[in-house]
Amino acid sequence: MSATSSVLPLPASGRVPLTLRVFAALDRKAWIALAVFLALALVVVPVLNLALPPESVFHVSAYAITLIGKIMCYALVAVAMDLIWGYGGILSLGHGLFFALGGYAFGMYLMRQIGRDGSYGADLPDFMVFLDWKELPWFWLGSDSFGWAAFLVVALPAVVAFVFGYFAFRSRIKGVYFSIITQALTYAAMLLFFRNETGFGGNNGFTDFKRILGYPITAPETRLVLFGLTAIALAATLVFAAWLVKSKFGRVLTAIRDAESRVMFIGYNPLWYKLTIWVISAVLCGIAGALYVPQVGIINPSEMSAANSIEIAIWVAVGGRGTLIGPVIGAFTVNLAKSWFTVSFPEYWLFFLGLLFIVVTLLLPQGLVGLWKKLMARKGAPA
Amino acid sequence: MKKTLFSLLLSVFCLGALAAPDPALVRQLAADDNSDKIAAIQQLAAAAEPGTATLLQAMADDSLFVAGDRLFVFTGDGHVDALSGAPAELPEGADSVTVNNRLRGELANALAALKLFDADRAVRLAAARELQSQVGAELAGVLAKARDQESDGEIRPLLALAHAQATLQDADPAVRLAAVRTLADAASPAVKSLLLPLTDASRESDRAVRDAAVLALKSIERSLAWMDTLAGIFSGLSLGSILLLAALGLAITYGVMGIINMAHGELLMIGAYSAYAMQSLFRAYFPDHVDWYLPAAIPVAFFAAAAVGVLMERTVIRWLYGRTLETLLATWGLSLILIQAARVLFGAQNVEVANPSWMSGGVELLPNLILPWNRVIIIGFALFVLFLVWVLMNKTRLGMFVRAVTQNRAMAGCVGVPTARIDTMAFALGAGIAGLGGVALSQISNVGPDMGQGYIVDSFMVVVVGGVGQLAGAVWAALGLGIFSKLLEGWAGAVIAKIMILVAIIIFIQKRPQGIFALKGRFADQ
Repeated sequence: MSATSSVLPLPASGRVPLTLRVFAALDRKAWIALAVFLALALVVVPVLNLALPPESVFHVSAYAITLIGKIMCYALVAVAMDLIWGYGGILSLGHGLFFALGGYAFGMYLMRQIGRDGSYGADLPDFMVFLDWKELPWFWLGSDSFGWAAFLVVALPAVVAFVFGYFAFRSRIKGVYFSIITQALTYAAMLLFFRNETGFGGNNGFTDFKRILGYPITAPETRLVLFGLTAIALAATLVFAAWLVKSKFGRVLTAIRDAESRVMFIGYNPLWYKLTIWVISAVLCGIAGALYVPQVGIINPSEMSAANSIEIAIWVAVGGRGTLIGPVIGAFTVNLAKSWFTVSFPEYWLFFLGLLFIVVTLLLPQGLVGLWKKLMARKGAPA
Repeated sequence: MKKTLFSLLLSVFCLGALAAPDPALVRQLAADDNSDKIAAIQQLAAAAEPGTATLLQAMADDSLFVAGDRLFVFTGDGHVDALSGAPAELPEGADSVTVNNRLRGELANALAALKLFDADRAVRLAAARELQSQVGAELAGVLAKARDQESDGEIRPLLALAHAQATLQDADPAVRLAAVRTLADAASPAVKSLLLPLTDASRESDRAVRDAAVLALKSIERSLAWMDTLAGIFSGLSLGSILLLAALGLAITYGVMGIINMAHGELLMIGAYSAYAMQSLFRAYFPDHVDWYLPAAIPVAFFAAAAVGVLMERTVIRWLYGRTLETLLATWGLSLILIQAARVLFGAQNVEVANPSWMSGGVELLPNLILPWNRVIIIGFALFVLFLVWVLMNKTRLGMFVRAVTQNRAMAGCVGVPTARIDTMAFALGAGIAGLGGVALSQISNVGPDMGQGYIVDSFMVVVVGGVGQLAGAVWAALGLGIFSKLLEGWAGAVIAKIMILVAIIIFIQKRPQGIFALKGRFADQ
């Protein structure tokens, strides 16, 4: 995807309509791949799931749909991580926080949609009844509205990321310092969310959802709609990211990654470039979290554990940093391996994951995409 | 109040006249009315004759029987007459003297008061301590007597305090005033609540007593606050010493060598499991010297963690020098492998590591302030390790080489320092110190495969706050963070305190990105 455009010859001035520039972000092969992906997700998978009987070899089970839907959310997070790490050179160990914030924001709406069908039959969510609360805390106001929830999914990670990022980038915290500080931030948030008094269900978080926009959340049709929406979100993110990294903004960002001081000496202020990509990345994570929660059916503070955030980095590293298809490949590879391992050899999963961290950093700095390119290059030009 | 004076008089009278409990009072113990019983108990206690303690103890144990106007005590192998002490048959129809909860309370106080005259100093001390709260006015007499007889410097002030509490409601303002003045030396919340009513004009008529009570309250609040701070500082020091042990190794590997080692927590875990392994070894082969497993575990933990450290450095970290973000990921992978290895070897459950007997108990600094031995020893151990590291880094050839490589790797290499070997040794040293920290941790927290994960954020915070490149920063940061967290904890609760500390660190880093002790120099890039 990073190959230069073969669709349209771009004038040097760059005064091309936005639509065309977006169109030029991907080459023809990439557009075809994207179309095939969307056709699969929006047409083929639903048909195979609904029309075929469960005995059929080609039947796609509900489990597979949930799994793939979940991994597509992870892939979305991985692309967000790649924007900030692969193109911005900033390794965040706090992306689990933004993912969880989006998830919690949307989870609040889903909790309200339960209505009186909870185990206490009360207007308040079950955990509040359990805590003997009489009314909703102020930050739950409006949580019964889908529009407000959708707004929060975007706004909450954006605000947190902006405030934190502004102070961090302004004092030029970078490298491992930044990584460690984001990890501390996420850790603090996890502790906060673990408390019952914080008002987000404590240890158990949100679960037992019943409806979304009035539709039953476990119905096959609802699942397929969520699945399709996730696929569209992932595809749109890829197009957006491809356009972004090829724009002038993206090129300055890459320059900051490679030599920040030089970019500053030329006269750019890295703060706003870093801050913009940081907030965009956080918002994408929030959206992924919001899509993840209704499909998986639970959100709890363990999403904010250090291990989760660092695992996001390994998806990106496995696929290949600084490419956009890499994170998607990485997220699918690692998570499919995880699903297989935790069923077949649960004791060896951590050994495998640990080795993956080591092998990828030591031997595959460009990830699978880099390996593929190397193999192709060798094939193309035999010695 | 009359009762007090009466019992005081009575005790003086009894002391001269009889050497045994007053028979009339003893009979009154079996009275039908509970208030008569209580009066008898109080007067007997105030008289404090020999033999009273046995009698009241028997009553408390439900071994006092009544038949007509005679009382009998069951001694375990037979009955004796309560008055004469001569063996006697228990008559038909004898009943045990009923004792309800109110009476039990009275009996406990009376028995404690009687123990004040015991020949054994330890018994007297224990009794005096027991009488530091909820002392009724009826004990005033006996307490005064005990106080005047007491020669021990530790027991006498306690008795004075108890006596003051007992006379706080006295009819005579002068006695109350004296009591209030004495109580100003006490530092307990119970005394505080006793004095509080005396500052109220509607309940205390005498102005001098009110003023004295206000002064006394202030003095008590001061000493209470002082003790709280002292206790907070001690637990802060204790936490700080643990953070220091956890972070000292990291200060070498990250601070000095610039390696982010996310598996540092797992090196702590290896140290803790070494202690567990030595404990099992000693239990199996030297059951008589189990207490020695801990000293034996120290070198074992050091070398076990150092060996793992060398392995890590040689196989993985060596290839990633200068690529800190990649080091972070690779060492995270190492930590996952080590955690899983511990699960496979020792099981996923926490294992039990017992304190040696010489580490249990505590040293009592003040009546309300007990310092547990294991905490005290860990503080000492942290200082010892710190001293060792300081000597190693500043007084040995290896330390000099490490510092040289830190300051200028290329130049150090040029003058013949084997930089690659120094890297390995320094990393092994950092790992070994983590192992020592693990031994200390095994004494105060759970030992399990995941234990290291909890310390990694904290240890990094210590190093980040302290500043990269030196040990002094780590020391001050560890102690500062420890004390601050504990003081905040007392004020806001553990979780909120932790969050506040993390947020404070994030803000602190804004102001001093290089930590408290920055290395002097100019850097365009890090």
